[in-house]
Amino acid sequence: MKLYNGPQIIVGLVIFLAIFTYPFWSGAGKAAPVPKPQPVPKSVATQCVADTAYMRTSHMTLLNHWRDEVVRDGDRLYESANGKTFNMSLSNTCFQCHTSKVKFCDQCHNYLAVAPFCWDCHLVPKEKK
Amino acid sequence: MGVDRRQFLKLAGIAGALGLGGSVGFQLLKPGSLDAAERMPTPYQMVFPKSQGNSEVMPNPKALKGRRWGMVIDMRKLTEEKARAAIQACNYYHNVPDIPGKQTIKWIWLTGYVNAFPEVENPFADPEIKNARFIAMCNHCDNPPCVRVCPTKATFQREDGIVMMDMHRCIGCRFCMAGCPYGSRSFNFRDPRPFIKKEYPLYPTRTKGVVEKCTFCSERLAVGKLPYCAEASGGAMVFGDVDDAGSELRRLLRSRYSIRRKPNLGTHPQVYYLV
Ligand code: SF4
Ligand code: SF4
Repeated sequence: MKLYNGPQIIVGLVIFLAIFTYPFWSGAGKAAPVPKPQPVPKSVATQCVADTAYMRTSHMTLLNHWRDEVVRDGDRLYESANGKTFNMSLSNTCFQCHTSKVKFCDQCHNYLAVAPFCWDCHLVPKEKK
Repeated sequence: MGVDRRQFLKLAGIAGALGLGGSVGFQLLKPGSLDAAERMPTPYQMVFPKSQGNSEVMPNPKALKGRRWGMVIDMRKLTEEKARAAIQACNYYHNVPDIPGKQTIKWIWLTGYVNAFPEVENPFADPEIKNARFIAMCNHCDNPPCVRVCPTKATFQREDGIVMMDMHRCIGCRFCMAGCPYGSRSFNFRDPRPFIKKEYPLYPTRTKGVVEKCTFCSERLAVGKLPYCAEASGGAMVFGDVDDAGSELRRLLRSRYSIRRKPNLGTHPQVYYLV
């Protein structure tokens, strides 16, 4: 069997493979930096609407639930497990403590490559430089 | 298993023979099962039922409660200036964009007599009425066609009569716009954000591809306050419970003659104009 234009083809293949696999070998051995969501200063609030472990894994479930209750039923108050009452609102409650989307929400969302579209409508606080 | 195949067929046959369709047949086979299914729990409630000692959700005790909300607009009191104040308040606090031309978004706007009340158009009407500028907004109809045509239940009627929109569910099909005979609904043909001069951070904007309209300020009622437009109108717009004969709104409706927009369509609009 004869390979016509052998050298060109081989070189072409090598270049193609090099470019194609670039993302794999260029990132090998490096881990993306672990996200560090900025904690809320103790002076602002000492407790969230639920404990940290729950919020970390399930805040989206909670927010969906809030959304349904507020929009569909008009129930707007949430009594948390520790007996405190909160207004169920992203802008009026969550963002009052978590004042930077970039330093809080985006940290994990970017790391996990999830792109929730909450912000398409809900306004986020202006980022302070 | 409680009911085997034979029994099932027998019972189904009996139920069928007795002409008992639907829920009655169901009750025979599995008593009580329908009661529980009356209201679908949200996914969250399925994962965390309240019985497991979980957090509770409730209305604000300060919230205004009504059986049937409505609005009375007193055309003698409504000056152009007051109307503009009301419109401006609504637009600012609800992040209503200012888009010129055909893609305009409106929750509350000014319109002429002939446009608002086409079927009572009368060339010899009192010029004071004929030349007046009327405030138009969603009528929160008692029999809302927009709700009936919405394929996703994004538009729905609350128990207190408010015709609400759940923006999260709107797919932008615009059936509601075709259904509404009052032009109360606007579609976002483009991202509205660049057209909002000053954003009000505590209320969401909308996004491209959804329909929007007046909500009777449900977010204000929920904290015990009156709609922005009523507050800003200097008494020309009175919000209240249509079902409460003792309300200020009903007193006004008794005291003067009022008209509604296109009443012949059977939508039962709940915005009344005192003329
Ligand atoms: S005025 Fe239009 S949008 Fe408002 S409830 Fe009636 S039909 Fe629906
Ligand atoms: S009731 Fe509220 S949402 Fe409706 S027009 Fe008035 S201010 Fe706007």
